Amino acid sequence: MAEDINLTENQVPAEGPEDEAERLFVASQWQLMWWRFRRHKIAMLSVVVVFVLYLIAIFCDFLAISDPYKHQTKWVFAPPQTVRLGQVDGRLTFYVLGLDLERDPETLRPVYTANPERRYPIRWFVKGIPYKMVGLFPTDVHLLGLDEGSDGTLYLLGTDRLGRDMWSRIMIGTRISMSIGLVGVTLSFVLGVILGGFSGLYGGVFDTVMQRVIEVLRSIPTIPLWLGLSAAIPKDWPQIRVYFAITVILSLVGWTGLARVVRGRFLALREEDFVTAARISGAGDRRIVFSHMVPSILSHIIASITLNIPGMILSETSLSFLGLGLRPPTISWGVLLQEAQNVRTVALAPWLMLPGAFVIVTVLAFNFMGDGLRDAADPYA
Amino acid sequence: MLGYIGRRLLLMVMTLVIISVISFAIIQLPPGDFLTAYIERLEESGLTRDQAVIESLKKRYGLDQPIYVQYGKWVWGMMHGDFGQSFLFNRPVGELIWERLGLTMAVSFAALLFNWIVALPIGIYSAVRQYSIGDYLATFIGFIGLAIPNFMLALILMWLAFSVFGANVGGLFSAEYADAPWTWGKVVDMLKHLWLPMVVLGMAGTAGLIRIMRANLLDELRRPYVITARAKGLTEKRLIFKYPVRVAINPFVSTIGWTLAGLVGGETIVSIVLGLPTTGPLLFRALMMQDMYLAGTFIMMVSALTVIGTLISDVLLAWVDPRIRHSI
Repeated sequence: MAEDINLTENQVPAEGPEDEAERLFVASQWQLMWWRFRRHKIAMLSVVVVFVLYLIAIFCDFLAISDPYKHQTKWVFAPPQTVRLGQVDGRLTFYVLGLDLERDPETLRPVYTANPERRYPIRWFVKGIPYKMVGLFPTDVHLLGLDEGSDGTLYLLGTDRLGRDMWSRIMIGTRISMSIGLVGVTLSFVLGVILGGFSGLYGGVFDTVMQRVIEVLRSIPTIPLWLGLSAAIPKDWPQIRVYFAITVILSLVGWTGLARVVRGRFLALREEDFVTAARISGAGDRRIVFSHMVPSILSHIIASITLNIPGMILSETSLSFLGLGLRPPTISWGVLLQEAQNVRTVALAPWLMLPGAFVIVTVLAFNFMGDGLRDAADPYA
Repeated sequence: MLGYIGRRLLLMVMTLVIISVISFAIIQLPPGDFLTAYIERLEESGLTRDQAVIESLKKRYGLDQPIYVQYGKWVWGMMHGDFGQSFLFNRPVGELIWERLGLTMAVSFAALLFNWIVALPIGIYSAVRQYSIGDYLATFIGFIGLAIPNFMLALILMWLAFSVFGANVGGLFSAEYADAPWTWGKVVDMLKHLWLPMVVLGMAGTAGLIRIMRANLLDELRRPYVITARAKGLTEKRLIFKYPVRVAINPFVSTIGWTLAGLVGGETIVSIVLGLPTTGPLLFRALMMQDMYLAGTFIMMVSALTVIGTLISDVLLAWVDPRIRHSI
């Protein structure tokens, strides 16, 4: 591949003697990318974070401590309980203190105090509400929990205004929030690559029209448009249909960015010698596109996809936060943040903003990862 | 140059037509037409419906006619300053929007200024002192600004102000000025409240601009003309500000268009959280109550303004940048 020759020594670990240089010259493009990506420390860390987040999304039922829908009128706005390490019944273990509920005589607000007398050990792999692991295997084992029949509570991240466990709700919400980015990006990817590819490859009238369409779509302020479209989703639609409607709405604008990248790359590649060579050798259009052009821009496409996901996640969160996206009983980070709309509520229970922290970490991780990928994919960087 | 402006104007008209179709589609999307919803609401509140009023509304919007006639009537009306009637507020849509549009523009413009004032120097600094601690810090803050959703930042700042100072910083005016006519005092009062939406809205865009400015300036700094100028003994400050910065600043002009689109959009959400008397909350309420005439017209107007803004920025760019001016 033409790019390999352009590599200079300082781009790749060339610590050493000739066999090292040899390794560089015979390396495949993916190997070169990996070497370069590996040097990007923050991007590497971000890969781990994203991986963990997807693990949470897959095993969210297992990580949830209690039923995320269950109201506990006794434990309304309970603060997060601190996990302590110490002796309980003569054994060293992690434990939480029991909460005592009192009411503020003036405001009638619940006031919780940790009672050092009551220690509840945290157990691993406890039985709880039944669910299907990964949607397939019925089980009732959860990662954490208290002893069965214990009168204590385990609210690692506090509870909301109905006494629902925030930890469990955030874990369950991860599934929707993380997947909506993937589904939305897949949609924009299909549209973007097909339309962008065509207009880059053939040019002409189709390209001109496509370019204008993209320009028009990009000039519409997205948020009012999204708000309008999602407000038009009928209120009585089932959760799963609302979910797909929202992803379609988000991809409606999202594909334009990808289409531009793909078009630009195809335009540049069309003039490359290896494409001309393939054409002269009598390769068909499909063969030229899929076995010669696509592999050489795949890395760029992957990088721009990664950079597109956080936008999707942010948009879903914003729409749901306003009550125009996903609606309860669906749980996503945005839906959870609806609880934090009022500043007085937030002042009373700041932990309601925690789903926002998950959003921020996710978006940061995807951005760093995408940046690293883009740098690694660009042979001239 | 004139030909260029003409071409852009043509494109703008095309864009506006497409936007009007989309906006009209939004009006039509909810099941049933809005008149049925209106009648239902009237009946819910126990009012008897006046057949004559309903008939006249039907005629005005052509509800008994095919959809393209309705669309035609809607567009025709807008061109003549009739933006339809809001069923929620029982007032003309045009009046409702104009009332608040000025404040939306004020907030967006303030955010744009904040954007530039913060992003320019930081971007220049990051590029000139590449890989210094300051550069890393700026990049990091930039990334955080990108990652925090607008409404989240608004919420956090409001919460901090509320729990530290015990003050409610929402809104754009103090209670005594809210409904008062415009006076000098009201302007000062507004400026006191403006900082929060300005910072919140400005943050997200600032992050992007810092990165663009840094990347562009870095490209320029490696050019031979910079080395030549340095070799000839030009002072570093004069060198950087006189040549590479001027070249690198172009994206600032060229991005006014979509920065504006982003700001107006972001403003919608932030205003809802902060309770600003701008257009965002109005759109939100209209959508929640399915007052689709208000909502659709609104989306149409905000988009139109953005498109005009983009056109202005493109013309400005062609005027500022000789490379573009000569290529068109």
